[in-house]
Amino acid sequence: MSGYSITEASPRQKWIAGLLVAGYTIVTLVPLFWIVATGFKSPSDAIAYPPKVIFTPTLEGYVNLFTTRTRMNPDQLEALGPPQTWYDGIVRQYDMVISGPSRFGERFLNSVIIGFGSTFLSIFLGTLAAYAFSRFKVPLKDDLLFFILSTRMMPPIAVAIPIFLMFRTLGLSDTHLGMILLYTAVNISLAVWLLKGFIDEIPREYEEAALIDGYSRFQAFYKVVLPQAATGIASTAIFCLIFSWNEYAFAVLLTSGTAQTAPPFIPTIIGIGKDWPAVAAGTTLFLIPVMVFTILLRKHLLRGITFGAVRK
Amino acid sequence: MAQIVIRNLRKEFGDFVAVRESDFTIEDGEFFMLLGPSGCGKTTTLRMIAGLELPTSGQILLDGKDVAQVPASARDIAFVFQMFALYPHMNVRRNISYPLVSQGMPRAEVRRRVGEAAGILGIEDILDRPVGGLSSGDRQRVALGRAIVREPKAFLMDEPLGALDAEFRERMAEELRALHDRMGATTVYVTHDQLEAMQMGDKIVVMNRGVVEQWGTPQDIYDFPATMFVADFIGSPPMNFLRFDEQVRAGSRTVRLSGVEVPVPQTREATSGARAALGVRPEHVRLSDDGAYRGDVIAVEYLGTTQIVTLDTPNGDLKARIASSDPVKVGERVGLSFVTQTLSLFDAETGRALALERESVRGREVRETTHG
Repeated sequence: MSGYSITEASPRQKWIAGLLVAGYTIVTLVPLFWIVATGFKSPSDAIAYPPKVIFTPTLEGYVNLFTTRTRMNPDQLEALGPPQTWYDGIVRQYDMVISGPSRFGERFLNSVIIGFGSTFLSIFLGTLAAYAFSRFKVPLKDDLLFFILSTRMMPPIAVAIPIFLMFRTLGLSDTHLGMILLYTAVNISLAVWLLKGFIDEIPREYEEAALIDGYSRFQAFYKVVLPQAATGIASTAIFCLIFSWNEYAFAVLLTSGTAQTAPPFIPTIIGIGKDWPAVAAGTTLFLIPVMVFTILLRKHLLRGITFGAVRK
Repeated sequence: MAQIVIRNLRKEFGDFVAVRESDFTIEDGEFFMLLGPSGCGKTTTLRMIAGLELPTSGQILLDGKDVAQVPASARDIAFVFQMFALYPHMNVRRNISYPLVSQGMPRAEVRRRVGEAAGILGIEDILDRPVGGLSSGDRQRVALGRAIVREPKAFLMDEPLGALDAEFRERMAEELRALHDRMGATTVYVTHDQLEAMQMGDKIVVMNRGVVEQWGTPQDIYDFPATMFVADFIGSPPMNFLRFDEQVRAGSRTVRLSGVEVPVPQTREATSGARAALGVRPEHVRLSDDGAYRGDVIAVEYLGTTQIVTLDTPNGDLKARIASSDPVKVGERVGLSFVTQTLSLFDAETGRALALERESVRGREVRETTHG
């Protein structure tokens, strides 16, 4: 008799599965690795052919990302004396001096404000709507839910021009509020549908128990339903954040200054002398918040907190 | 603790009438059972008493005050759910203290009351455990703890034993009854299990299709069922119906079953039509060779001290519960007689019992119950 069964894979199957997973991991991680690595290359290493896998790391890309620089002739440089800081030293190699901070910091902050702002708003409105759809008799409930879903049935960019005109008329172009509202409008349908599913799963008895225990409907909602919907809220929030954080097309179209987010900004760095390491550095930093957010909420994604509390 | 009076209570869900004009009274300190098949409106009635559903019309008097339209949180009533509904994100102690916290009770007092409730239920040792890992019995006790800790006006329980394993149910039923006797709290308990209702209840309401068929003590309901539905629902095996097509007149002392005169308690009213049924409990059937009314034995079920004999009679199948020592063989033809004072007569058209003159059953004073 063989030592394996229907439910447990044979060692050979496990090996094959392991190799497939490893292969997939490599395919997905190589571009990421390449971006992170390029961020620490010198501009000449970054465009070297054949590509350099082993190189001397430098922070040049990061310095270029955060600063604006002016080229000077040797006499002027002489007059300035030796470089004052390590980053001064890096730019001096190219006969340049730092003339001020770049816009990357502001753009990054814009991304944080708009990304997290719209995620919060989508989740806030989405949870309330999902709860209402899940618990109350709403007239035309199915039609309304379908209508909400239908907003996702075409690519949002198809309505780019009308939105552009609307934003201009309303004075929302290039504002944080405008972008938050836009991303919320796109995300809310996803939030309502996902969260309704999660809230449907929470037995009504919990709220009823809370009502009997002397709490109002709203108290029952936030003290009993919300903690149990945490898993669903966390995963929905991750989806919303990933969308609004990475969104490029509307950001290019609707923002140019004050409210410009990082995605349309990062490519503009290339313009200044094919500075691939700076672009890669910006991209690397841009990846971090979503990664941190996902890792922080991972616990909620994996934990089924209602396990065992209700007999089914 | 409180008396609960249900008056003309009605609940509609759209076109569906879940509960029709119900009336009954739950006395202070009673263990009161709402019994009926699924979909009969018993749970809806309980939820209306709790305030989880608002009645379409009618009154719910809690200690004389109409609370029919008062929200659940303001009624001071505890509810034990079938699925327990323990808050999964809190440990046992927080679950039990939750209703007290909502009243803004000082922490020391909350601790004392939770300790007391835990002591009564014997769950002091699990107070700091999460509810997720508890056995179903312990979860049941925690749910009870959450109910008793508030010292509410009444306890409402929706099939609280339904989620337990069969072996454990018996023990929990005893615990529940003992707890009730100790606290003397008015308890309204929903079940579809007639045995559970008979075993635990001081009084029982039998509901069917949104209608209260009868309410009274378990003995009253068992001995004097008000309708054929109640007679059929209570008892295992249920009451036998020997149907016959003949109008029963007021004042008669016998009915004619396939040509045989069978003595019955004197009737006080007549059937509306020509269809009637004689109700006889299996334990009130006697097998005797001299009985003029006869039947063929078609099955015998041995149950230890008693046996259930199924007989084919001219008026339909009849089950008799007799001592297992009595020799009965399948295929035998035997004479039957019935214990006269225990018989019921029904109008088979309306399903209602006829009022009868009775001397006594089980040595109790006879009361005619025509509630419902």
